[in-house]
Amino acid sequence: MGKKNTAPRLGNAADGLGSLLASLTCILAGLVIGFIALLILGWITLAQDGNSVTFGEMLSKTWNSGFKAILSGGFYKTANAMGMGVRTEILQAAPLIMTGLSVAFAFKTGLFNIGAAGQYTVGAYFGLYAALVLKLPWWACLIASAIGGAIWGTVPGIFKAFLNVNEVITSIMFNWIGLYGVNTLIYQGGTGAMYNTNTTKTYTIKQVSPESLLPTFNITIGEKGYFGKMFLPTIGIFIAIGVAILIWVVLNKTVFGYELKACGFNKNAAKYAGINDKKNVILSMTIAGALAGLGAGLFYLSGSKEWEPLVSTSLPAAGFNGISVALLASSNPIGCIFSAIFISHITVGGGFMDASIFPSEVSSIISGVVIYLCAFSLLFKSGIRKLFTPKPRAAAGNGKEADA
Amino acid sequence: MADYVIEMLNITKEFPGIKANDDVTLQLKRGEIHALLGENGAGKSTLMSVLFGLYQPEKGIIKKDGKEVHINTPNDATALRIGMVHQHFKLVECFTVLDNIILGAEPMKGAVVDRASARKRVLELSDRYGLKVDPDALVEIDELMEIMRGFKAEGKSILFITHKLAEIKAVADRCSVLRKGKYMGTVEVADTSVEEMSRLMVGRDVELVSTKGESTPGDVILKVENLTVASKTSKKDAVKAASLQVRAGEIVCLAGIEGNGQTEFVHAVTGLEKPSAGTVTLLGKDITHAPIRQRSKLGMSHIPEDRHKHGLVLDYPLEYNMVLQRYWEKGFQAAGFLKGKAIRSYSDRLIEQYDVRSGQGSVTVARSMSGGNQQKAIVAREIDKDPQLLIAVQPTRGLDVGAIEYIHKQIIAQRDAGKAVLLVSLELDEVMNLSDRILVMYEGEIVGEFDPKTTDTQTLGLYMAGAKRMDKEG
Repeated sequence: MGKKNTAPRLGNAADGLGSLLASLTCILAGLVIGFIALLILGWITLAQDGNSVTFGEMLSKTWNSGFKAILSGGFYKTANAMGMGVRTEILQAAPLIMTGLSVAFAFKTGLFNIGAAGQYTVGAYFGLYAALVLKLPWWACLIASAIGGAIWGTVPGIFKAFLNVNEVITSIMFNWIGLYGVNTLIYQGGTGAMYNTNTTKTYTIKQVSPESLLPTFNITIGEKGYFGKMFLPTIGIFIAIGVAILIWVVLNKTVFGYELKACGFNKNAAKYAGINDKKNVILSMTIAGALAGLGAGLFYLSGSKEWEPLVSTSLPAAGFNGISVALLASSNPIGCIFSAIFISHITVGGGFMDASIFPSEVSSIISGVVIYLCAFSLLFKSGIRKLFTPKPRAAAGNGKEADA
Repeated sequence: MADYVIEMLNITKEFPGIKANDDVTLQLKRGEIHALLGENGAGKSTLMSVLFGLYQPEKGIIKKDGKEVHINTPNDATALRIGMVHQHFKLVECFTVLDNIILGAEPMKGAVVDRASARKRVLELSDRYGLKVDPDALVEIDELMEIMRGFKAEGKSILFITHKLAEIKAVADRCSVLRKGKYMGTVEVADTSVEEMSRLMVGRDVELVSTKGESTPGDVILKVENLTVASKTSKKDAVKAASLQVRAGEIVCLAGIEGNGQTEFVHAVTGLEKPSAGTVTLLGKDITHAPIRQRSKLGMSHIPEDRHKHGLVLDYPLEYNMVLQRYWEKGFQAAGFLKGKAIRSYSDRLIEQYDVRSGQGSVTVARSMSGGNQQKAIVAREIDKDPQLLIAVQPTRGLDVGAIEYIHKQIIAQRDAGKAVLLVSLELDEVMNLSDRILVMYEGEIVGEFDPKTTDTQTLGLYMAGAKRMDKEG
C-alpha cells in the first residue's frame, strides 16, 4: 500500500506530454505541407510570368522569400522595423487566446461554442460604446465587452438548458444576428453616435477618448525602446495570458470547475451526484461568451482598428480561429496561449512573404492543415501515449500485485 | 489419447513487472463445452488474446488438431476456424460484464466480433435453433446456453469464459481455472462442487451464501406511497401506484424480471426521474419533489444500476469519483476551491479500507479500472457516506464471486448497523440470500410480499412472471 504515494501523477503527466507531442506533430506536418504548397504555387506563378528556374533555385527562393517569413512571423527582419511585426503578432494573439479559451471552456462542459464570433462582435460593440459614447476608462470598457459577450453566450445557454435546443444551431444564428445587429446599431443610417461619416468607420478612440485605450508597454533594449515611440503594443496580451491562467485554475482547482467538467464528461453521473446541469450549461455558455467578448475588447481597445459597419459582412476571423486555437491546445487553457501565439505568428508571417510570388493565404493553408490534423490528434495522442506507457495492462497488474 | 482440437501449452505472457499468464495450459477437447474460470484480472483475457493472435506469448505453443500453429493476427485465428464472440454478446449498449467469449473450433463463418455482424449472427442462430432472441435485448443467459448446447451437438468445441459458477455448472463439461495468471488445474464439472471451483478460483473458501443474523427492524426510514411513474418508451405507466416501506435495520428486496418498473421506481425515489403521482418520504420528510442533492444530504445513498451511466465519471480520476457525492462538503472544499490533499487522503483511505484495486491508486482514471473494482469504488463511496438509507440496485452485476461476497457482506453490515437497505436485484439467489423481506414487482405493481425463510424461488418465480398475485394490501 505504501506504493501509492510514490506512483502518483505519472499517468497524467504522460497524458499531458502526449497531447503536447500530438500538437507538435500536427504543427510539423502542417509546416511541411505548407512548404510544399508554397513551392508549387511559387513555381506556377513564376512559370506564368515566363521565368524558368531550376528546382534548386526554386527551393532557395521558397525558403528565403517565402517560408522564412512564415517561420519568422512577426520577427521577420525586413518587416520588424521598430518592432512592428512583433507588435502586430501580439496584438492579434490576445483576442485569439480569448476566443480560444471561450471555445475550450465550453468544450470542457460538453458544449460546442461555435458562437465565439458573435460573442466577439457583441463584445466589440459594448466595448466601443463604453469607450466612444460613455468615454469610460479602459478597464471599464473591457468589462463592458465581457458583459456584451456574456449576454450573447447566455441566450444559447438558456435555450440549451431549458428547451434542449442544440447550442450549435442557436449560436450560429446568434453570430449573424450579432453581426448585423451591431452594424445597424453603429451605423443607424449614418446617424450613429460612434459613426464617423467621413471615414465610414467608428471614430478612433485615440481622438475621442484616449482614456479608454489600453495602457501600452515597451521593452528597452540598450538605450532604445524595442517598439520605438509611436506605436506601442498594449498590455492586452498579458491580460489574455492572465485570464488563461485564471481559467486553468477555475477548471482544475475549484468546485465550480469540478462540476462543469463532470457535466461535460458524463451528464448523467453529474445529475446523479446532484449537480444542477441546467445551471452549469448556462453558466458555462455565459463565461464562454464573456471570454470571447473580452477578446474583442482587447483588440478594439488597442486602437489599431475601427469598426466598419458598412463593409463588415463576414464574421470576425478571431471567432472561428478560436476553434482552431482550442483544438490545437486540446482545450487546455494554458495550451491556448501557445496555440494562439502560433496561429498569430504564422498569419502575420504570411503577410510578409514576397507577395509577387507567394500568396499570403498560404499561412491559412498551414493553419488549416494543422487544424485538420488536430482532428486526428486523438489518434496521434493515443499512439504517443502507447510509446510512453508501453503496457497499460502491466501497470494495472502492478497495482494489483502491490495490493495482493 | 484424448482428441484435442486446440491446445495451448505452457503459455507465458509477460508484461513489464507482471506475468499475465504464467505457464498456463489449456486443452480443448472436440465437442466439449469448456469453461475458463477466473477472477477479474486473472489472465483470462490475456490468454484469449494470445489464442486470437493479439498478443505473442514469450513461451509456450499452440496446437490445432495436434499440429503446432503460429497465430500472429486475428486473421490467422479466423483461418484456423477459431471464432470469437466478445464480451458484448448483448449487442446493444449495456453495461453488464457478461464475459461471454465463445470459441468454436469448427466451421463457424469467421470471427464474430463487431456488433453488426454479431447481431446478424444471433438472428441466424435463433432461426436455426428456433429460439426467440431479440437481438436488441440482452441475450438471456439461458438462451445463450441453448445455443452453446446446439453447437456442441454439432461437434463444435466451445470455450466459455465466465466467472459465474452457476452457468458453468449448468452448461460446461470441463473447467480450467486461472488465478493471478497461474494455471490452477482443470476439473470435470460434474464431479466438482461449486465451492471447490470457487476455492480454486479465489484461493480461499468463499461464502457463497452470506450468513446473517436476525433482523431487528426499527423506525420506518423510507416510505413510498402510491408512486406512479410514466414510462419513457410506452404510453403505459412504468410504475403503477406502488407502495412500500423500509425500516431501519432491514434489507427489503424489490425482486422482479428486468423491465418491470424497478428501474423507474428507483429513479423516482432517488430523484433521477419525476413521478407523476404518489409521495416519497425519507425520515419523515416529504422528498417527492426534492432535488437529488437534498436527498443525499438527508441520508440517502444510491448504488446505481448502471455504473457507467450514473455511477462514475469515467474520465475522472478515482479520487474525484470517490468524492462525487460529497465534494461540496466543508472537508473537501474551502471557499470554492477543492482541497486536493483532503480528497487524496480520503480516497486513499477508501481504497485501502474497501480494497479497491487500480493501477495507480487515487489518480487512476476510472475508465481504466476493471468492472469489479469500479463497482467496489461506488460501494465504498456510498457506504462511507454513512447513509440512513442505502438503495442498492443490482450491486453485484457482472462481478466475480470474491467481489460479490465482499459486497454482500458490506450490505449486511449496513443493515446490522441499523441502516435501512432497499435492494433491487434480478438474481434470485441474491434476493433469497440477502433480504429480510421480498417484494415482487410485476408490470409496475408490487404483486406480493414474502419472507425469504418461508418461501422458495419457484413461488417467487410465479409471482415475478405474473402467474400469481396477492391481493393488494392497504
